[in-house]
Amino acid sequence: MTEAVHHRPHPRPRDYWTIAAILAVITAAEVAVTYVDALSAAVAPLLIVMSITKFVLVVGWFMHLRYDSPAYRRLFLIGLVAAPLLLGAVLFTFGVLIGS
Amino acid sequence: MATEAVLVEEHPDVHHQRKIAMWTFLGSEVLLFGSLISTFLLFRNRTLGGPTAEDVFDIPFTSISSFVLLMSSLTMVLAHHSATRRDWRQMRVWLFATAFLGLTFLAGQVFEFTVFVEDGLTVTTSPFGSSFFLLTGFHGAHVAVGVMMLLSLAFMSMSGKLHPERGMNVELVGLYWHFVDIVWIAIFTIVYLLQV
Amino acid sequence: MATLTHDAPPTSTAHEPGKRGLWSWITTTDHKRIGILYGLSSLFFFLVGGVEALFIRLQLAAPNGEVLSADAYNQMFTMHGTTMVFLVVMPAAGAFANYLLPLQLGARDVAFPRLNAFSFWVFFFGGVFLYASFFLGGGADGGWFGYAPLSTQIDEVVRMDYWALGLLVLGVASVASSINFVTTAFTMRAPGMTLMRMPVFSWMVVVISFLLLFSLPMVTVGLVQVFFDRNLGTLFYDAASGGEPILWQHLFWLFGHPEVYVLILPAMGIVSEVLPTFSRKPLFGRSFVIFSGIAIGFMGFGVWAHHMFTSGLGPVAEAAFALTTMFIAVPTGVKIFNWLGTMWGGSLRFTTAMLFSIGFIAMFVIGGLSGVTHSIVPADSQQHDSYYVVAHFHYVLFGGAIFGIFSGIYFWWPKLTGKLLDERIGKWHFWLMLLGFNLAFAPMHFLGLNGMPRRTYRYNEGLGLDLWNLVSTIGAFLIAVSMLVFLWNWWRTARKGTRASGDPWDGRTLEWSIASPTPEYNFARIPTVEAEDDFWHRKYGEDEEGNAVPIATAEEVSDDPEPPAGLHLPSPSYYPALTGAGIFVTLMGLVYLPWGLIPAAVGALVILWGLFGWSMEPIVKEHH
Repeated sequence: MTEAVHHRPHPRPRDYWTIAAILAVITAAEVAVTYVDALSAAVAPLLIVMSITKFVLVVGWFMHLRYDSPAYRRLFLIGLVAAPLLLGAVLFTFGVLIGS
Repeated sequence: MATEAVLVEEHPDVHHQRKIAMWTFLGSEVLLFGSLISTFLLFRNRTLGGPTAEDVFDIPFTSISSFVLLMSSLTMVLAHHSATRRDWRQMRVWLFATAFLGLTFLAGQVFEFTVFVEDGLTVTTSPFGSSFFLLTGFHGAHVAVGVMMLLSLAFMSMSGKLHPERGMNVELVGLYWHFVDIVWIAIFTIVYLLQV
Repeated sequence: MATLTHDAPPTSTAHEPGKRGLWSWITTTDHKRIGILYGLSSLFFFLVGGVEALFIRLQLAAPNGEVLSADAYNQMFTMHGTTMVFLVVMPAAGAFANYLLPLQLGARDVAFPRLNAFSFWVFFFGGVFLYASFFLGGGADGGWFGYAPLSTQIDEVVRMDYWALGLLVLGVASVASSINFVTTAFTMRAPGMTLMRMPVFSWMVVVISFLLLFSLPMVTVGLVQVFFDRNLGTLFYDAASGGEPILWQHLFWLFGHPEVYVLILPAMGIVSEVLPTFSRKPLFGRSFVIFSGIAIGFMGFGVWAHHMFTSGLGPVAEAAFALTTMFIAVPTGVKIFNWLGTMWGGSLRFTTAMLFSIGFIAMFVIGGLSGVTHSIVPADSQQHDSYYVVAHFHYVLFGGAIFGIFSGIYFWWPKLTGKLLDERIGKWHFWLMLLGFNLAFAPMHFLGLNGMPRRTYRYNEGLGLDLWNLVSTIGAFLIAVSMLVFLWNWWRTARKGTRASGDPWDGRTLEWSIASPTPEYNFARIPTVEAEDDFWHRKYGEDEEGNAVPIATAEEVSDDPEPPAGLHLPSPSYYPALTGAGIFVTLMGLVYLPWGLIPAAVGALVILWGLFGWSMEPIVKEHH
């Protein structure tokens, strides 16, 4: 029993270039944030948010996960959810809080 | 001569099967890199009197490396797009571009590591050193394998041996390549930006 | 129901040119042959691991034993454990999974036949590699769990390098298999077979595949760190330099605990097939059995630190893991009651396969109960590192997994070989094994509670340990005798065993709808499935009281005996074996760094050759 691959409209090359530009801008912003003293208290959450945004863009659009069979998403999500839970617990026992 | 087996009326969706396989593998790899990153987080301050992150990291340089790798994801997806339109020549151009950017990234890594070693940070200097190099080394090895696969695809295409049904096809290599890129997104933030 | 005896047709395999001989086995991509290869390897290593156990028991039979030196003893118990876990129970699960998954799903093979072969060869060479250590300086001697810094510090001797690299590569084999099985189960089920209609054994294969995929990465990182600490001078587990030996424990047990569920779930799956067949009743609460298997898999990720209760985790972590460990007993209990409910009111046939399954339930309950006592942290503080733990895990792994495996061996033997193992001899095997097993391991509960520590090569007189150690040793030798009985059964059956029909047990699942031994192509016609236990429902309807009423004979509703025309099966390939051989050479080189880099490089080139050849093998779909 095979699952049909969903054929929603694929992004076009122009969309890929746009996303690449966004990724570049976010990267520049990430670096900039670390140099701006006024933001130093908020550096960690800002960087995490920006990284996650880049992550979602690459996974969702470049890797096509947004447009593909939900099975792929679920398989990947198992790893994505398990990793912070399990490894976070380990770091907790060492008294290490992630991101600080 | 190997054949993939089926009765005439049975055609499993081979492409779907391979994508299931690749996404399953990538889900597993998340935990691999997660474990490496966790080890780093545990040891990031255990510098044993040796160089710390602030001492050796060159954020501007690494930013450029990161940018290079990000752009390689663009060329990768363009290669796949060309493949879906059966424009093999254009696909090869983008494949070579991706491989080139990947090699540039690796060259940047090698250079960066050389500088760190000169500054006194090696795998044996401290747990920080051990875990930093293990994490980035694993990532670099993954990039290197990716480059090999990209070049293989390009050369196979040049000699006319790249069938859309073939195992190592552009989309699958693309998924792997993008994954290696997003691991670097995490590493760049967690290891570099958040440590200085 | 009497077993049908008639002349089963010879296997189609034997009649095709090029399908016999060693080369055909080396290049096979047929899941059935790969399953047989796993099974034979597993059995071989079971005998080897058993001999190691006998040496251990000889040494401990009396106080201050002089059979083994301390060094030899360390190698014995390390290799015994490593062998039994990685080279016996896991490949046995691999054997059943490989052979049966496509058959139970109504498929012709797994999704990736060459990857399947690759998994076997990597496992095979991994086992050979591990055992090469005995001939090249000594077997691994740091315990099967390789705790750092003991595993990292003694780097003048390469024994633990063999161990670390061996386990790394066995992990590769498991990951490849897991990807294969997941893809197969998700994409190759027969038409009409929804996931919930998938047989319970097949479900367990899917669950363990996920367990392996998401647990192996952690131990992979740990093992690499061990190897680098030993060979490159890294400081991961060097406490004096700020390293963390406890990190190893976390990374190992993050894998190690899900691993024990990998070891037991296939056996539970087997029992879930055997019991209904010989009770002539459907599995009681079938969907609960499936869901509890999934729950065990999921919860299995949340209990790992119960192996570390004496390592100073702190009260919060200890309490949390104590609770999760207690909770995981619940889905297991669900299964036990469902199995009992299956037998209750059933028309029971006590074949050898059935006896082993019932034995599984009894022995596993005992082992499970001692496991629950471990979840109580203060109690575990005494039990930890004592023989009480050894008793616990042998009850679940031997009384559980091994008994389940033997149940499966007797059950599916006719499907594999076309012959039935002798029932009389089988019963001798079962009862001797049951008796020997309990004599060997029940006393260990007492020894542990009386303070006998693990992994210690001798004990003094006058500690109250003598009697039970002697009893345990006698039990171990009785197990050995029972294995000789099994081997005799095998040999005798091969010479003059009763031939079996396609459905000798009046079975329920699709594998019984085809001939015994399995035709090379599995199914002449891929069946369309309309219910769970589909084959049973073709043979039996139900009257008003829910009793089974025969509506067709097995022959009438079995698969077509004529092979289909125009059929092409996965072609053989030597690239998987070649790649495996390359991995072996690379590993040998890595043990002997730095000059080993040369053979390692050669091995790497062979790997590349294998991988390129594999990906370049023309993939042509032939149509007639």
